[in-house]
Amino acid sequence: MEKRVVFRHAWLPYLLLLPQLAITLVFFIWPASQALYQSVLRQDPFGLRTSFVGLENFARLFRDPLYLDSFQVTIVFSLAVTALSMGLALLLAVMADRVIKGATGYKTLLIWPYAVAPAVAGVLWWFIFNPTIGILTYGLAILGYDWNHALDGGDALTLVIIASAWKQISYNFLFFLAGLQAIPKSLIEAAAIDGAGPARRFWTIVFPLLSPTTFFLLVVNVVYAFFDTFGVIHATTSGGPGQATTILVYKVFSDGFIGLNLGSSAAQSVVLMFIVIALTVVQFRYVERRVQY
Amino acid sequence: MSHHSKLLAGAAAVALLAGAGVAQAQTEVQWWHAMGGALGEKTNAIAEGFNASQSEFKVTAVYRGNYTETMTAAIAAFRAGEQPHIVQVFEVGTATMMAAEGAIYPVYELMADAGVDWNPDDYLDSVVGYYTTPDGDMLSMPFNSSTPVMYYNKEVFEAAGLDPESPPTTWPELEEAARTIISSGAATCGFTTGWQSWVQLENFGAWHNVPFATESNGFEGLGTELAFNSDLHVAHIGAMQAWSEEGVFKYGGRRSDSAPLFYTRECAMYMNSSAAYAGVTANAEFEFGVAKLPYWPDASGAPQNTIIGGATLWVLRGRDAEEYEGVAAFFNYLAKPEVQAQWHQDTGYLPITNSAWELSREQGFYEENPGTDTSIEQMTLNDPTQNSKGLRLGSFVQIRDIINEELERIWAGDVTAQEGLDTAVRRGNELLRQFEADNS
Repeated sequence: MEKRVVFRHAWLPYLLLLPQLAITLVFFIWPASQALYQSVLRQDPFGLRTSFVGLENFARLFRDPLYLDSFQVTIVFSLAVTALSMGLALLLAVMADRVIKGATGYKTLLIWPYAVAPAVAGVLWWFIFNPTIGILTYGLAILGYDWNHALDGGDALTLVIIASAWKQISYNFLFFLAGLQAIPKSLIEAAAIDGAGPARRFWTIVFPLLSPTTFFLLVVNVVYAFFDTFGVIHATTSGGPGQATTILVYKVFSDGFIGLNLGSSAAQSVVLMFIVIALTVVQFRYVERRVQY
Repeated sequence: MSHHSKLLAGAAAVALLAGAGVAQAQTEVQWWHAMGGALGEKTNAIAEGFNASQSEFKVTAVYRGNYTETMTAAIAAFRAGEQPHIVQVFEVGTATMMAAEGAIYPVYELMADAGVDWNPDDYLDSVVGYYTTPDGDMLSMPFNSSTPVMYYNKEVFEAAGLDPESPPTTWPELEEAARTIISSGAATCGFTTGWQSWVQLENFGAWHNVPFATESNGFEGLGTELAFNSDLHVAHIGAMQAWSEEGVFKYGGRRSDSAPLFYTRECAMYMNSSAAYAGVTANAEFEFGVAKLPYWPDASGAPQNTIIGGATLWVLRGRDAEEYEGVAAFFNYLAKPEVQAQWHQDTGYLPITNSAWELSREQGFYEENPGTDTSIEQMTLNDPTQNSKGLRLGSFVQIRDIINEELERIWAGDVTAQEGLDTAVRRGNELLRQFEADNS
């Protein structure tokens, strides 16, 4: 049987592809090329004087030890946010999956934080951990820990990781829960009859069957940690103290939008773009092999 | 389309036409500002006051976020050809705006072109010095200027056995008072500060008559280099570092994030803008006093005078001539003593003209609100020198961030005061050289 679709007219496949191509062009290729173009220019904020500087913006970046530090902060931050939000979401999803009474209520409550804007989430955690008026700071002080994210880089990084991960847990939870409910109960029951305990059932049956969901969420969460967290950081620590919470995308924002240094900001976006392309390639070539659909 | 929705559409069209009719009768002037909350209401009231005073022009005041966001939004709008007529820009953006010849319409030119009779000499020297060309021509319209002062908790002073009516005037006195307060248990921290670069380095330089940067703090050219790693600066920041370890000084954040430390009585003293007066009044449930900033008595030039912060109104080019007449008329209204005095008394910002200051005195405002004249006394204590006129540095928004980062490293004890300030100077100078290359 012929499985391939055969088009009678040569133009039809192109026509069908057109909307997708147009969207890619307008929302990806065009801005990306603008960033590439800006990254070789030096321009005053008003755009009155522009000069071509070649790769100087890039050279300047990689000579800057603080930019290189920012890579390290980004790696620690993204790994922590991804691990924390996915781990907790999976735990909550497994627990919610077993609840019978009042399940809808629990689910609604767990999904709620996703509706909160990043900046609002940031302000929320800023209050909870405020060195002077924060409730958790007060609790920590009783336990003998003097929390001060305005001064201590480790505290600040912990704060933005918690705030960013908290926001993403709901999203992950939704997908994990849907994934869990799609697993046939008969498989698990059969394993139970064979004498497998809950932990063994989870690791040998449930978790492998969840792998497509897990892989999808891994990609989404890494992208989230890289790009969507600057609102949280802006509202809580503004990248400080020192540059302890300045992740790459926050540096793009602060140099471009606050410092009005468009050339450097564009160069940083280009670097970021290549990092994400590389990450995606790695994920799809190496991590996806372990996924069973 | 049902009958009902047809009716609605018709009504909408009529409303639109009516709206267009009003817009045609009055020339509209867009004013973007960064005054939120209570300050925003006062700002809008000024625009409304102007609109009510005449019928030819209509000023629309639009809140565009904080200072940085407002400036960025205006610049982006300019690049898109959609700029407002007037935009409020904070003092650190001054050099960026000045460098944008062709994009800005200098106020002295605007007033001359519109033929408006006004008196630029009425403005306080220490305010306009910031915003004039070397020849004394005013580039932007002074609006909200403030200077840092020291708030202190009178109740804590009393509980510690100190005289609540004589706050410390020098840093050694302040240290002694702080130690007495802490050891007596009246409060757990001596003092905190808002806007650390502005208060503890920029104003510190002016107050002690030492340069913050070369070339008269940038007023004489783009070749300026930072100089806030002088012996006096290092000694001061070094002392603060030691105090930070002991709890005499507590760091609370980059902008005004440290305010709760004062409001909750944790810190007995708090240095921040004179415009924080309204906030302190609203939040401090104790008696407080306003005092001048302390100085180091062994520094020969101290106390000199402090410099301003806050913002001015810049006019952007590219609109119709008759609209600029509206801008000039509005500025003329804004300069009126009554308008200025009201604004000053409502907000804690400085009275920026001599006549507004006099009017406030005549009205008895300072007697009723003791401490509100501290800022102006401090600013006008001496004639400004080249170290105390102000600062005009390119990329200053970013330089302040660098200073914040390095100061945080110092407070945390990661580097010494000398190392931290040297690094900040080196990093800041790189930005200044880039700004020089971009603008020459």
